[in-house]
Amino acid sequence: MESFFHSVKLDSGLCVGCTNCVKRCPTAAIRVQDGKAHILRELCIDCGQCIYICPHHAKSAVVDHLADANRFRYTIALPAPSLYGQFHHLTDPAPVIRGLYGLGFDAVYEVARGAEAVTRLTQQYLDEKKLPLPVISCACPVVVRLIRTRFPNLTGNILPILPPVEVAARLAKQDFCRKTGCRPEEVGTVFLSPCPAKSTASRDPLGFDKSEVDIVVSIKDIYPALLAAMKRDDLPEAGPLSGSLGVGWGLSGGEAAGLSGITVLAADGIENIIRVLEDLEDEKITDVDFVELSACAGGCVGGILTVENPFLARTRLQKIQGHLSPEAQPPEVTDERLMLFDHPIKFCEVLSLARDLTTAMELLARVDEIEQDLYGMDCGACGAPSCRALATDIALGRAAVEDCIYIQRERHTAKP
Amino acid sequence: MSGLCYRFQVPGDDYSRAGEASSTVKNRLKRLGVSPEAIRRVSIALYEGEINMVIHGGGGEVTVTVSPDRVDMVLEDHGKGIPDIEKAMQEGYSTASEEARSLGFGAGMGLPNMKKYTDTMQIESTVGVGTTVRMTVLL
Repeated sequence: MESFFHSVKLDSGLCVGCTNCVKRCPTAAIRVQDGKAHILRELCIDCGQCIYICPHHAKSAVVDHLADANRFRYTIALPAPSLYGQFHHLTDPAPVIRGLYGLGFDAVYEVARGAEAVTRLTQQYLDEKKLPLPVISCACPVVVRLIRTRFPNLTGNILPILPPVEVAARLAKQDFCRKTGCRPEEVGTVFLSPCPAKSTASRDPLGFDKSEVDIVVSIKDIYPALLAAMKRDDLPEAGPLSGSLGVGWGLSGGEAAGLSGITVLAADGIENIIRVLEDLEDEKITDVDFVELSACAGGCVGGILTVENPFLARTRLQKIQGHLSPEAQPPEVTDERLMLFDHPIKFCEVLSLARDLTTAMELLARVDEIEQDLYGMDCGACGAPSCRALATDIALGRAAVEDCIYIQRERHTAKP
Repeated sequence: MSGLCYRFQVPGDDYSRAGEASSTVKNRLKRLGVSPEAIRRVSIALYEGEINMVIHGGGGEVTVTVSPDRVDMVLEDHGKGIPDIEKAMQEGYSTASEEARSLGFGAGMGLPNMKKYTDTMQIESTVGVGTTVRMTVLL
Protein backbone atom coordinates (compact mmCIF):
# COMPACT_ATOMS: atom_id res chain seq x y z
CA MET A 1 0.00 0.00 0.00
CA GLU A 2 1.38 3.37 -0.99
CA SER A 3 1.64 5.83 1.83
CA PHE A 4 0.57 9.42 1.39
CA PHE A 5 1.86 11.06 4.52
CA HIS A 6 1.67 14.85 4.35
CA SER A 7 3.18 17.72 6.24
CA VAL A 8 0.27 20.09 5.79
CA LYS A 9 -2.46 20.30 8.40
CA LEU A 10 -5.66 22.28 8.60
CA ASP A 11 -7.00 24.10 11.63
CA SER A 12 -10.67 23.78 10.77
CA GLY A 13 -11.56 26.40 13.36
CA LEU A 14 -9.64 28.96 11.31
CA CYS A 15 -10.72 27.73 7.86
CA VAL A 16 -13.58 29.86 6.57
CA GLY A 17 -14.10 27.79 3.42
CA CYS A 18 -12.82 30.41 1.01
CA THR A 19 -11.16 28.94 -2.05
CA ASN A 20 -7.78 30.64 -2.04
CA CYS A 21 -5.92 27.40 -1.43
CA VAL A 22 -8.15 25.48 -3.85
CA LYS A 23 -7.28 27.88 -6.66
CA ARG A 24 -3.57 27.97 -5.95
CA CYS A 25 -2.92 24.26 -5.50
CA PRO A 26 -0.75 23.22 -8.49
CA THR A 27 -2.06 19.65 -8.51
CA ALA A 28 -5.75 20.45 -7.95
CA ALA A 29 -5.59 18.49 -4.71
CA ILE A 30 -7.87 20.63 -2.52
CA ARG A 31 -11.65 20.83 -2.34
CA VAL A 32 -13.86 22.88 -0.06
CA GLN A 33 -16.67 20.67 1.15
CA ASP A 34 -19.09 21.43 3.95
CA GLY A 35 -17.39 24.76 4.34
CA LYS A 36 -13.89 23.44 5.01
CA ALA A 37 -10.84 22.74 2.87
CA HIS A 38 -9.94 19.07 2.40
CA ILE A 39 -6.82 17.66 0.83
CA LEU A 40 -7.10 14.76 -1.60
CA ARG A 41 -4.17 12.97 -0.05
CA GLU A 42 -2.98 11.03 -3.06
CA LEU A 43 -2.69 14.19 -5.17
CA CYS A 44 -0.86 16.40 -2.65
CA ILE A 45 2.87 16.86 -3.25
CA ASP A 46 3.64 18.87 -0.09
CA CYS A 47 4.68 21.99 -1.97
CA GLY A 48 3.23 24.20 0.75
CA GLN A 49 1.53 26.68 -1.58
CA CYS A 50 -1.69 26.38 0.43
CA ILE A 51 0.10 27.25 3.66
CA TYR A 52 1.64 30.26 2.00
CA ILE A 53 -1.56 31.54 0.42
CA CYS A 54 -4.09 31.00 3.22
CA PRO A 55 -5.10 34.47 4.46
CA HIS A 56 -6.60 32.97 7.62
CA HIS A 57 -3.52 30.98 8.64
CA ALA A 58 -5.66 27.88 8.76
CA LYS A 59 -2.97 25.75 7.17
CA SER A 60 0.31 24.96 8.78
CA ALA A 61 3.26 22.67 8.29
CA VAL A 62 3.66 19.53 10.34
CA VAL A 63 7.11 19.91 11.83
CA ASP A 64 8.69 18.99 15.15
CA HIS A 65 9.49 21.22 18.08
CA LEU A 66 13.05 21.63 19.24
CA ALA A 67 12.03 20.08 22.57
CA ASP A 68 11.23 16.83 20.72
CA ALA A 69 14.99 16.36 20.42
CA ASN A 70 15.21 15.90 24.19
CA ARG A 71 14.52 12.20 23.79
CA PHE A 72 18.06 11.84 22.47
CA ARG A 73 21.11 11.91 24.69
CA TYR A 74 23.08 13.82 22.07
CA THR A 75 21.81 16.08 19.32
CA ILE A 76 23.40 17.25 16.09
CA ALA A 77 22.06 20.28 14.26
CA LEU A 78 21.87 20.06 10.46
CA PRO A 79 21.51 23.64 9.19
CA ALA A 80 20.19 23.99 5.62
CA PRO A 81 22.25 26.40 3.47
CA SER A 82 19.14 28.60 3.21
CA LEU A 83 19.38 29.25 6.97
CA TYR A 84 22.50 31.38 6.43
CA GLY A 85 20.53 33.75 4.20
CA GLN A 86 18.20 34.70 7.06
CA PHE A 87 20.72 36.90 8.90
CA HIS A 88 22.30 40.31 8.32
CA HIS A 89 25.99 41.04 8.02
CA LEU A 90 27.30 37.50 7.63
CA THR A 91 30.39 36.82 5.59
CA ASP A 92 30.53 33.17 6.55
CA PRO A 93 28.27 30.66 8.34
CA ALA A 94 30.45 30.51 11.48
CA PRO A 95 28.23 32.79 13.62
CA VAL A 96 25.20 30.63 12.80
CA ILE A 97 27.07 27.47 13.67
CA ARG A 98 28.32 28.94 16.95
CA GLY A 99 24.78 30.09 17.71
CA LEU A 100 23.57 26.53 17.25
CA TYR A 101 26.13 25.33 19.82
CA GLY A 102 24.74 28.08 22.02
CA LEU A 103 21.29 26.50 21.73
CA GLY A 104 22.70 23.34 23.25
CA PHE A 105 23.46 21.15 20.25
CA ASP A 106 26.37 18.79 20.82
CA ALA A 107 27.51 19.07 17.24
CA VAL A 108 26.68 20.92 14.05
CA TYR A 109 27.02 19.36 10.62
CA GLU A 110 26.31 21.64 7.69
CA VAL A 111 23.93 20.22 5.09
CA ALA A 112 26.19 22.10 2.66
CA ARG A 113 28.89 19.53 3.39
CA GLY A 114 26.49 16.72 2.50
CA ALA A 115 25.76 18.68 -0.68
CA GLU A 116 29.44 18.75 -1.58
CA ALA A 117 29.65 14.98 -1.20
CA VAL A 118 26.58 14.64 -3.44
CA THR A 119 28.14 16.92 -6.07
CA ARG A 120 31.33 14.88 -6.10
CA LEU A 121 29.51 11.57 -6.52
CA THR A 122 27.11 12.98 -9.14
CA GLN A 123 30.06 14.28 -11.17
CA GLN A 124 31.75 10.89 -10.91
CA TYR A 125 28.60 9.07 -12.09
CA LEU A 126 28.15 11.53 -14.95
CA ASP A 127 31.77 11.11 -16.01
CA GLU A 128 31.42 7.32 -15.87
CA LYS A 129 28.19 7.61 -17.87
CA LYS A 130 26.33 5.61 -15.26
CA LEU A 131 23.13 7.64 -15.41
CA PRO A 132 20.39 7.86 -18.05
CA LEU A 133 20.23 11.42 -19.39
CA PRO A 134 18.83 13.86 -18.67
CA VAL A 135 19.40 13.37 -14.95
CA ILE A 136 16.81 15.04 -12.74
CA SER A 137 17.97 16.18 -9.31
CA CYS A 138 16.13 14.72 -6.31
CA ALA A 139 17.19 17.43 -3.86
CA CYS A 140 13.73 19.04 -3.89
CA PRO A 141 11.31 16.44 -2.49
CA VAL A 142 8.36 18.13 -4.19
CA VAL A 143 9.91 17.28 -7.55
CA VAL A 144 10.23 13.61 -6.62
CA ARG A 145 6.61 13.52 -5.46
CA LEU A 146 5.44 15.24 -8.63
CA ILE A 147 7.28 12.79 -10.83
CA ARG A 148 6.11 9.70 -8.98
CA THR A 149 2.44 10.61 -9.38
CA ARG A 150 2.30 12.55 -12.65
CA PHE A 151 5.32 11.79 -14.82
CA PRO A 152 5.70 8.01 -15.00
CA ASN A 153 8.10 8.22 -17.92
CA LEU A 154 10.59 10.26 -15.91
CA THR A 155 10.96 8.11 -12.78
CA GLY A 156 14.07 6.49 -14.28
CA ASN A 157 15.76 9.87 -14.72
CA ILE A 158 15.75 10.78 -11.03
CA LEU A 159 19.28 11.00 -9.62
CA PRO A 160 19.64 7.88 -7.42
CA ILE A 161 21.92 9.67 -4.96
CA LEU A 162 20.38 10.71 -1.64
CA PRO A 163 19.60 14.37 -1.09
CA PRO A 164 22.21 16.41 0.82
CA VAL A 165 20.30 16.52 4.11
CA GLU A 166 20.11 12.74 4.26
CA VAL A 167 23.79 12.35 3.40
CA ALA A 168 24.65 15.00 5.99
CA ALA A 169 22.58 13.19 8.66
CA ARG A 170 24.32 9.89 7.99
CA LEU A 171 27.83 11.38 7.88
CA ALA A 172 27.12 13.47 10.98
CA LYS A 173 26.07 10.45 13.04
CA GLN A 174 29.04 8.40 11.82
CA ASP A 175 31.43 11.22 12.63
CA PHE A 176 29.98 11.89 16.05
CA CYS A 177 29.90 8.23 17.12
CA ARG A 178 33.46 7.74 15.97
CA LYS A 179 34.69 10.76 17.91
CA THR A 180 32.73 10.17 21.11
CA GLY A 181 32.32 6.40 21.13
CA CYS A 182 28.59 6.65 21.74
CA ARG A 183 25.97 4.44 20.11
CA PRO A 184 24.07 5.68 17.02
CA GLU A 185 20.70 5.33 18.76
CA GLU A 186 21.81 7.84 21.41
CA VAL A 187 22.29 10.50 18.74
CA GLY A 188 19.47 12.51 17.18
CA THR A 189 19.87 14.68 14.09
CA VAL A 190 17.82 17.87 13.92
CA PHE A 191 17.32 19.35 10.47
CA LEU A 192 16.59 23.07 10.35
CA SER A 193 14.30 23.08 7.35
CA PRO A 194 13.10 25.76 4.94
CA CYS A 195 10.01 23.77 3.86
CA PRO A 196 7.41 21.19 4.91
CA ALA A 197 8.28 18.89 2.00
CA LYS A 198 11.59 18.08 3.62
CA SER A 199 9.74 17.16 6.77
CA THR A 200 7.63 14.71 4.77
CA ALA A 201 10.77 13.38 3.10
CA SER A 202 12.24 12.38 6.45
CA ARG A 203 9.05 10.78 7.79
CA ASP A 204 8.01 9.06 4.60
CA PRO A 205 11.11 8.83 2.42
CA LEU A 206 10.87 7.90 -1.25
CA GLY A 207 13.71 5.85 -2.71
CA PHE A 208 15.17 4.83 0.64
CA ASP A 209 13.80 2.89 3.57
CA LYS A 210 14.77 4.85 6.62
CA SER A 211 15.74 8.46 7.09
CA GLU A 212 18.53 9.32 9.50
CA VAL A 213 17.00 12.77 9.95
CA ASP A 214 15.27 12.29 13.30
CA ILE A 215 13.74 15.69 13.96
CA VAL A 216 12.73 18.44 11.55
CA VAL A 217 12.38 21.95 12.97
CA SER A 218 11.37 24.87 10.78
CA ILE A 219 13.80 27.74 10.25
CA LYS A 220 11.14 30.23 11.32
CA ASP A 221 10.52 28.38 14.61
CA ILE A 222 14.19 28.29 15.58
CA TYR A 223 14.97 31.77 14.27
CA PRO A 224 14.27 33.92 17.38
CA ALA A 225 16.20 31.71 19.79
CA LEU A 226 19.03 31.27 17.31
CA LEU A 227 19.27 35.00 16.70
CA ALA A 228 19.61 35.55 20.44
CA ALA A 229 22.21 32.79 20.78
CA MET A 230 24.26 34.25 17.93
CA LYS A 231 24.79 37.38 20.02
CA ARG A 232 26.60 35.52 22.79
CA ASP A 233 30.36 35.85 22.94
CA ASP A 234 31.20 32.80 25.04
CA LEU A 235 30.78 30.17 22.33
CA PRO A 236 33.40 27.83 20.86
CA GLU A 237 34.86 28.24 17.38
CA ALA A 238 32.84 26.74 14.56
CA GLY A 239 35.47 24.47 13.01
CA PRO A 240 36.01 23.82 9.31
CA LEU A 241 33.28 25.17 7.08
CA SER A 242 31.77 24.03 3.84
CA GLY A 243 32.79 25.84 0.66
CA SER A 244 30.81 28.23 -1.47
CA LEU A 245 29.71 25.32 -3.64
CA GLY A 246 27.80 23.62 -0.86
CA VAL A 247 26.28 26.87 0.41
CA GLY A 248 25.08 27.62 -3.13
CA TRP A 249 22.65 24.68 -2.95
CA GLY A 250 20.30 27.01 -1.10
CA LEU A 251 19.78 28.85 -4.39
CA SER A 252 18.17 27.73 -7.60
CA GLY A 253 20.99 26.68 -9.92
CA GLY A 254 23.38 26.10 -7.04
CA GLU A 255 23.49 22.36 -7.43
CA ALA A 256 23.98 22.55 -11.19
CA ALA A 257 26.77 25.13 -10.72
CA GLY A 258 28.92 22.46 -9.09
CA LEU A 259 28.83 20.15 -12.11
CA SER A 260 31.12 20.49 -15.10
CA GLY A 261 31.35 19.18 -18.63
CA ILE A 262 27.61 18.94 -19.07
CA THR A 263 24.68 21.11 -20.11
CA VAL A 264 22.46 22.02 -17.19
CA LEU A 265 18.99 23.48 -16.86
CA ALA A 266 17.75 25.02 -13.61
CA ALA A 267 14.18 26.14 -13.00
CA ASP A 268 12.34 27.28 -9.91
CA GLY A 269 8.75 27.98 -8.93
CA ILE A 270 6.14 25.25 -8.92
CA GLU A 271 4.36 26.20 -12.15
CA ASN A 272 7.67 26.56 -13.97
CA ILE A 273 8.99 23.20 -12.89
CA ILE A 274 5.77 21.47 -13.93
CA ARG A 275 6.19 23.00 -17.37
CA VAL A 276 9.77 21.75 -17.58
CA LEU A 277 8.68 18.26 -16.52
CA GLU A 278 5.91 18.25 -19.16
CA ASP A 279 8.44 19.22 -21.83
CA LEU A 280 10.95 16.63 -20.62
CA GLU A 281 8.26 13.96 -20.71
CA ASP A 282 7.33 14.91 -24.27
CA GLU A 283 11.00 14.86 -25.25
CA LYS A 284 10.82 18.50 -26.26
CA ILE A 285 13.94 19.11 -24.18
CA THR A 286 16.66 16.97 -25.69
CA ASP A 287 19.85 18.98 -25.41
CA VAL A 288 20.20 19.04 -21.62
CA ASP A 289 22.10 16.54 -19.42
CA PHE A 290 21.19 17.65 -15.92
CA VAL A 291 17.97 19.23 -14.70
CA GLU A 292 17.75 20.97 -11.34
CA LEU A 293 14.24 21.92 -10.26
CA SER A 294 13.17 23.74 -7.10
CA ALA A 295 9.49 24.04 -6.23
CA CYS A 296 10.02 27.33 -4.41
CA ALA A 297 10.82 30.61 -6.14
CA GLY A 298 14.54 31.27 -5.97
CA GLY A 299 15.31 27.79 -4.62
CA CYS A 300 15.28 26.74 -0.95
CA VAL A 301 15.68 30.37 0.16
CA GLY A 302 12.08 30.72 -1.06
CA GLY A 303 10.87 27.94 1.24
CA ILE A 304 7.69 28.80 3.11
CA LEU A 305 9.22 28.05 6.51
CA THR A 306 11.91 30.69 6.14
CA VAL A 307 11.79 34.21 7.54
CA GLU A 308 13.41 36.52 5.01
CA ASN A 309 12.33 37.71 1.61
CA PRO A 310 13.76 35.03 -0.72
CA PHE A 311 15.52 37.51 -2.95
CA LEU A 312 17.23 39.25 -0.07
CA ALA A 313 18.20 35.85 1.29
CA ARG A 314 19.69 35.06 -2.11
CA THR A 315 21.77 38.23 -2.09
CA ARG A 316 23.04 37.39 1.37
CA LEU A 317 23.91 33.82 0.45
CA GLN A 318 25.78 35.08 -2.59
CA LYS A 319 27.73 37.46 -0.37
CA ILE A 320 28.68 34.58 1.93
CA GLN A 321 29.67 32.51 -1.09
CA GLY A 322 32.00 35.31 -2.15
CA HIS A 323 33.88 35.06 1.13
CA LEU A 324 34.25 31.28 1.20
CA SER A 325 36.79 29.22 -0.65
CA PRO A 326 35.18 27.88 -3.81
CA GLU A 327 35.64 24.25 -2.98
CA ALA A 328 36.06 22.95 0.49
CA GLN A 329 37.30 19.39 0.72
CA PRO A 330 34.13 17.29 0.48
CA PRO A 331 33.74 14.91 3.41
CA GLU A 332 35.33 11.48 3.09
CA VAL A 333 32.76 8.81 2.35
CA THR A 334 34.21 5.36 2.89
CA ASP A 335 31.21 3.42 1.64
CA GLU A 336 29.49 4.91 -1.40
CA ARG A 337 26.32 2.88 -0.65
CA LEU A 338 25.66 5.19 2.27
CA MET A 339 24.79 7.82 -0.31
CA LEU A 340 22.61 5.79 -2.65
CA PHE A 341 18.90 5.08 -2.97
CA ASP A 342 17.79 1.68 -1.67
CA HIS A 343 15.37 1.26 -4.56
CA PRO A 344 14.24 3.23 -7.61
CA ILE A 345 11.28 5.61 -7.38
CA LYS A 346 8.19 3.73 -8.47
CA PHE A 347 5.36 5.31 -10.43
CA CYS A 348 2.24 5.59 -8.35
CA GLU A 349 -1.00 5.65 -10.31
CA VAL A 350 -3.19 8.33 -8.74
CA LEU A 351 -4.76 10.05 -11.74
CA SER A 352 -6.70 7.22 -13.38
CA LEU A 353 -10.44 7.43 -12.91
CA ALA A 354 -10.95 3.68 -12.56
CA ARG A 355 -8.94 0.49 -12.35
CA ASP A 356 -10.01 -0.83 -15.72
CA LEU A 357 -9.82 1.03 -18.99
CA THR A 358 -13.44 0.54 -20.04
CA THR A 359 -14.84 1.96 -16.81
CA ALA A 360 -12.31 4.79 -16.92
CA MET A 361 -13.38 5.59 -20.48
CA GLU A 362 -17.03 5.66 -19.48
CA LEU A 363 -16.20 8.00 -16.60
CA LEU A 364 -14.07 10.23 -18.80
CA ALA A 365 -16.90 10.45 -21.36
CA ARG A 366 -19.19 11.41 -18.50
CA VAL A 367 -16.71 14.08 -17.30
CA ASP A 368 -16.57 15.55 -20.83
CA GLU A 369 -20.36 15.55 -21.01
CA ILE A 370 -20.84 17.19 -17.59
CA GLU A 371 -18.19 19.78 -18.38
CA GLN A 372 -20.19 20.79 -21.46
CA ASP A 373 -23.14 21.66 -19.22
CA LEU A 374 -21.08 23.79 -16.84
CA TYR A 375 -20.38 27.44 -17.49
CA GLY A 376 -16.61 27.27 -17.88
CA MET A 377 -16.05 30.16 -15.48
CA ASP A 378 -13.58 28.21 -13.31
CA CYS A 379 -14.76 30.41 -10.44
CA GLY A 380 -14.07 27.88 -7.72
CA ALA A 381 -17.22 28.75 -5.77
CA CYS A 382 -18.30 25.09 -5.81
CA GLY A 383 -15.13 24.23 -3.88
CA ALA A 384 -13.34 22.62 -6.83
CA PRO A 385 -10.55 24.52 -8.61
CA SER A 386 -12.08 24.40 -12.11
CA CYS A 387 -15.21 23.34 -13.95
CA ARG A 388 -13.30 20.35 -15.26
CA ALA A 389 -12.40 19.35 -11.68
CA LEU A 390 -16.02 19.71 -10.61
CA ALA A 391 -17.15 17.63 -13.59
CA THR A 392 -14.66 14.95 -12.54
CA ASP A 393 -15.87 15.05 -8.94
CA ILE A 394 -19.48 14.73 -10.09
CA ALA A 395 -18.64 11.77 -12.35
CA LEU A 396 -16.85 10.12 -9.43
CA GLY A 397 -19.84 10.73 -7.18
CA ARG A 398 -18.14 13.09 -4.76
CA ALA A 399 -19.95 16.27 -5.81
CA ALA A 400 -23.27 17.24 -7.35
CA VAL A 401 -24.11 19.46 -10.30
CA GLU A 402 -26.04 21.71 -7.88
CA ASP A 403 -22.71 22.65 -6.32
CA CYS A 404 -22.28 24.99 -9.28
CA ILE A 405 -23.65 28.40 -8.33
CA TYR A 406 -24.40 29.27 -11.95
CA ILE A 407 -26.52 26.14 -12.33
CA GLN A 408 -28.26 27.01 -9.07
CA ARG A 409 -29.01 30.49 -10.34
CA GLU A 410 -30.24 29.11 -13.65
CA ARG A 411 -32.64 26.77 -11.84
CA HIS A 412 -33.73 29.45 -9.43
CA THR A 413 -34.59 31.93 -12.18
CA ALA A 414 -36.23 29.24 -14.34
CA LYS A 415 -38.80 28.55 -11.61
CA PRO A 416 -41.88 30.80 -11.54
CA MET B 1 -18.14 1.28 -25.29
CA SER B 2 -17.08 3.04 -28.48
CA GLY B 3 -14.43 5.69 -28.59
CA LEU B 4 -13.85 9.03 -26.94
CA CYS B 5 -13.33 11.65 -29.58
CA TYR B 6 -11.35 14.88 -29.24
CA ARG B 7 -11.01 17.59 -31.88
CA PHE B 8 -8.52 20.44 -31.96
CA GLN B 9 -7.85 23.36 -34.25
CA VAL B 10 -4.13 23.90 -34.85
CA PRO B 11 -3.37 27.52 -35.75
CA GLY B 12 -1.06 27.88 -38.70
CA ASP B 13 0.97 30.80 -37.54
CA ASP B 14 1.51 30.39 -33.83
CA TYR B 15 4.42 28.17 -32.94
CA SER B 16 3.84 28.63 -29.22
CA ARG B 17 0.43 26.97 -29.43
CA ALA B 18 1.66 23.85 -31.20
CA GLY B 19 1.41 21.11 -28.62
CA GLU B 20 -1.98 22.00 -27.18
CA ALA B 21 -3.58 18.93 -28.73
CA SER B 22 -0.83 16.56 -27.61
CA SER B 23 -0.78 17.96 -24.11
CA THR B 24 -4.57 17.74 -23.71
CA VAL B 25 -4.62 14.20 -25.07
CA LYS B 26 -1.74 13.23 -22.79
CA ASN B 27 -3.63 14.47 -19.74
CA ARG B 28 -6.81 12.65 -20.80
CA LEU B 29 -4.88 9.40 -21.29
CA LYS B 30 -3.34 9.75 -17.84
CA ARG B 31 -6.87 9.81 -16.38
CA LEU B 32 -7.59 6.56 -18.17
CA GLY B 33 -4.64 4.74 -16.65
CA VAL B 34 -3.22 3.95 -20.10
CA SER B 35 0.32 2.57 -19.89
CA PRO B 36 3.00 5.27 -19.57
CA GLU B 37 4.79 3.93 -22.64
CA ALA B 38 1.66 4.23 -24.82
CA ILE B 39 1.06 7.76 -23.50
CA ARG B 40 4.62 8.66 -24.35
CA ARG B 41 4.31 7.34 -27.91
CA VAL B 42 1.00 9.11 -28.53
CA SER B 43 2.13 12.45 -27.17
CA ILE B 44 5.48 12.51 -28.98
CA ALA B 45 3.98 11.47 -32.33
CA LEU B 46 1.12 13.92 -31.98
CA TYR B 47 3.40 16.78 -31.00
CA GLU B 48 5.68 16.16 -34.00
CA GLY B 49 2.59 16.15 -36.19
CA GLU B 50 1.28 19.39 -34.74
CA ILE B 51 4.63 21.08 -35.28
CA ASN B 52 4.57 19.95 -38.91
CA MET B 53 1.10 21.41 -39.29
CA VAL B 54 2.33 24.77 -38.00
CA ILE B 55 5.57 24.87 -39.99
CA HIS B 56 4.46 23.32 -43.28
CA GLY B 57 0.72 22.92 -43.24
CA GLY B 58 -0.57 26.35 -42.38
CA GLY B 59 -2.59 24.84 -39.54
CA GLY B 60 -5.52 22.50 -39.67
CA GLU B 61 -7.52 20.08 -37.61
CA VAL B 62 -6.52 17.21 -35.32
CA THR B 63 -8.97 14.45 -34.41
CA VAL B 64 -8.02 11.91 -31.76
CA THR B 65 -10.20 8.90 -31.03
CA VAL B 66 -9.46 6.80 -27.97
CA SER B 67 -10.86 3.27 -28.05
CA PRO B 68 -10.29 0.50 -25.51
CA ASP B 69 -7.59 -1.07 -27.68
CA ARG B 70 -6.13 1.86 -29.63
CA VAL B 71 -5.62 5.58 -30.10
CA ASP B 72 -6.27 6.87 -33.62
CA MET B 73 -4.97 10.26 -34.66
CA VAL B 74 -5.92 12.12 -37.83
CA LEU B 75 -4.03 15.32 -38.64
CA GLU B 76 -5.43 17.25 -41.55
CA ASP B 77 -3.96 20.42 -42.96
CA HIS B 78 -4.70 22.53 -46.00
CA GLY B 79 -1.14 23.53 -46.72
CA LYS B 80 1.20 23.14 -49.67
CA GLY B 81 1.27 19.33 -49.63
CA ILE B 82 4.18 16.88 -49.93
CA PRO B 83 5.35 16.25 -53.52
CA ASP B 84 7.35 13.08 -52.74
CA ILE B 85 6.13 11.27 -49.61
CA GLU B 86 8.74 8.51 -49.83
CA LYS B 87 11.52 11.08 -49.82
CA ALA B 88 9.89 13.04 -47.02
CA MET B 89 9.85 9.88 -44.90
CA GLN B 90 13.63 9.41 -45.14
CA GLU B 91 15.52 10.14 -41.96
CA GLY B 92 17.46 13.33 -42.35
CA TYR B 93 15.48 14.60 -45.33
CA SER B 94 14.43 18.17 -44.72
CA THR B 95 13.18 21.13 -46.66
CA ALA B 96 14.76 23.50 -44.15
CA SER B 97 17.47 25.84 -45.41
CA GLU B 98 21.16 25.17 -44.71
CA GLU B 99 21.11 28.08 -42.32
CA ALA B 100 18.15 26.74 -40.33
CA ARG B 101 19.81 23.33 -40.22
CA SER B 102 23.07 24.75 -38.94
CA LEU B 103 21.06 26.11 -36.04
CA GLY B 104 19.74 22.65 -35.26
CA PHE B 105 16.33 22.98 -36.90
CA GLY B 106 15.01 20.74 -39.63
CA ALA B 107 16.90 17.61 -38.70
CA GLY B 108 14.56 15.67 -40.95
CA MET B 109 13.31 13.48 -38.12
CA GLY B 110 9.70 14.70 -37.84
CA LEU B 111 7.93 12.17 -40.05
CA PRO B 112 10.38 9.32 -39.30
CA ASN B 113 9.80 9.87 -35.57
CA MET B 114 6.04 9.85 -36.04
CA LYS B 115 6.38 6.51 -37.81
CA LYS B 116 8.77 5.18 -35.19
CA TYR B 117 6.48 5.98 -32.25
CA THR B 118 3.24 4.68 -33.79
CA ASP B 119 2.03 1.23 -34.83
CA THR B 120 0.67 2.39 -38.17
CA MET B 121 1.03 5.60 -40.12
CA GLN B 122 -0.35 6.65 -43.49
CA ILE B 123 0.12 9.90 -45.35
CA GLU B 124 -2.11 11.19 -48.11
CA SER B 125 -1.06 14.40 -49.74
CA THR B 126 -1.98 16.48 -52.76
CA VAL B 127 0.32 19.32 -53.72
CA GLY B 128 -1.47 22.61 -53.31
CA VAL B 129 -4.42 21.02 -51.47
CA GLY B 130 -3.09 19.64 -48.21
CA THR B 131 -1.90 16.64 -46.26
CA THR B 132 -3.68 14.12 -44.06
CA VAL B 133 -1.65 11.96 -41.68
CA ARG B 134 -3.31 8.99 -39.96
CA MET B 135 -1.51 7.38 -37.05
CA THR B 136 -2.49 4.61 -34.64
CA VAL B 137 -0.98 3.55 -31.35
CA LEU B 138 -2.26 0.20 -30.07
CA LEU B 139 -2.97 0.00 -26.36
